[in-house]
Amino acid sequence: MNGTVEPILTVEHLTMRFGGLVAVDDLSFSARPGDITALIGPNGAGKTTVFNCITGFYKPTVGMIRLAHPDGKTFLLERLLDFRISQRARGSRTFQNIRLFQGMTVLENLMVARHNPLMLASGFTLFGMLGLRTFTNAERAAIDMAKYWLDKIGITSRADDPAGDLPYGAQRRLEVARAMCTEPVLLCLDEPAAGLNARESAELNELLLFIRAEHATSILLIEHDMSVVMEISDHIVVLDYGVKIADGAPAAIRDDPRVIAAYLGVDDEEIADVEAEVGT
Amino acid sequence: MEIFVQQLINGITLGSIYGLIAIGYTMVYGIIGMINFAHGDVFMVGAFLALIAFLALVAIGVTAVPLALFLVLLIAMALTSLYGWTVERLAYRPLRHSFRLAPLISAIGMSIVLQNYVQIAQGARVKPLPPLIQGGYTLIDNDVFIVRLSNVQILVVVTTLALMAVFSWVIARTRLGRDMRACEQDLKMASLVGVDVDRTISLTFVIGAALAAVAGIMTLLYYGVIDFYIGFVAGVKAFTAAVLGGIGSLPGAMLGGLLIGLIETFWSAYFSSEYKDVAAFSILIIVLIFLPTGILGRPEIEKV
Repeated sequence: MNGTVEPILTVEHLTMRFGGLVAVDDLSFSARPGDITALIGPNGAGKTTVFNCITGFYKPTVGMIRLAHPDGKTFLLERLLDFRISQRARGSRTFQNIRLFQGMTVLENLMVARHNPLMLASGFTLFGMLGLRTFTNAERAAIDMAKYWLDKIGITSRADDPAGDLPYGAQRRLEVARAMCTEPVLLCLDEPAAGLNARESAELNELLLFIRAEHATSILLIEHDMSVVMEISDHIVVLDYGVKIADGAPAAIRDDPRVIAAYLGVDDEEIADVEAEVGT
Repeated sequence: MEIFVQQLINGITLGSIYGLIAIGYTMVYGIIGMINFAHGDVFMVGAFLALIAFLALVAIGVTAVPLALFLVLLIAMALTSLYGWTVERLAYRPLRHSFRLAPLISAIGMSIVLQNYVQIAQGARVKPLPPLIQGGYTLIDNDVFIVRLSNVQILVVVTTLALMAVFSWVIARTRLGRDMRACEQDLKMASLVGVDVDRTISLTFVIGAALAAVAGIMTLLYYGVIDFYIGFVAGVKAFTAAVLGGIGSLPGAMLGGLLIGLIETFWSAYFSSEYKDVAAFSILIIVLIFLPTGILGRPEIEKV
């Protein structure tokens, strides 16, 4: 960490227990603003649990999660309740399995994410009922924003189709676009490339790099697809069995023996050693 | 033939009232997957509030029927909405994250509370209201049978259609409707994109209660008598209507209400009025055997 920059997300001593199972054990890391930070690790390493703590699904057993806005405001995410994380702290997320509003149109999916600005503009429904200019303008602005993102993810022509009818890759990108419509400071993506083919995966990389370049949004990413992780992330945190085993730049992570051991298992000789110890 | 036309008119009127109540059931089910068993009693409270508002207006000298009717509509809708909101706030929201049966039991409790509360506060006897809207049209008049379409029936059907149109527009075209549909599809995800889910759920109850209040006024005008127990029977019928039409589906609730109303009146006319409820519920069972999701319901797709 190059000490001068205030990290956007700081996780300190995060521990999450489910009964006797320790899913995440004393995890500390931080993410710099404007970076794409990747959280990787073998299956069951506790990556999604960390995400669930950050986005308010779980209340961590121990630990602190601090989100700092560029304007200096800070939020303790473990204390905020669900929709307030999006509304006030401006953290947004996507899921491993796609969770679009399948029956609503593509445009409506993005418009729902503009709930809060529209809510303010509509004076909590009242102005909207009266049809005041402030609300109609805000509604138009929301549509413009939705159009901007539809254009970016290349599905403008399908704006009025049900979201569930889109091809898989487009649904993934729509999810990212919907999250971006809440104008987040931190965007958390849980395996955005899961199930994508090489071309769709490349389109997604492009979208994420575009978000990093053009918007003041930092990205926290869980990913299995190493081509995605190594290509776009600036910083990688590796988890194994709920414990952080490495933390650094992609190049350093790639060569880290502990990471290789966690992903590929240990060498044959070591297995022999272990077996000798156990006495089989 | 004459009987048929007359029963058709009666059935549509009754069905409209059921449809209005059924919307409340179906909306709440759609959004939080719970059957609000107290909804029928909210409808009953609406009818009582309307009656009280009528008498109060007469007492302060508002006797012009259209004006009084309009004011009663506003007052009853507003106060009943408050009841709907309170019921949700007190009996369901604290149990939101509890096991699935908890709010259901709480709803049954709330239903009993409302019934007994009205019974104690208003007495158990039937409350009459002198017919406010009289007259009508004679459609067919031969020597044997007269087919009449009364003004009350016209009022009931027209008001219902107008409300349903407004309501469908709200759901399909406004920000509130969009939020509600988002909550219906994925409550958690809606909250993650910033929708205040609790507020949206509250509004669902408020709108459902307002529609139930209108149904209450219609019942009051149509039958001229109400008592503290009307909520139970009407509630069960409207719930049946919602299930018949496909619970969770708004057009389904309207269609289901209409069907239940028609089945009931035709059965009473041609077979026996004692068994009209049996007929309505038998049809429900038959439909559910062949169309488990109701007429317009979508099959539940398991999320992967």
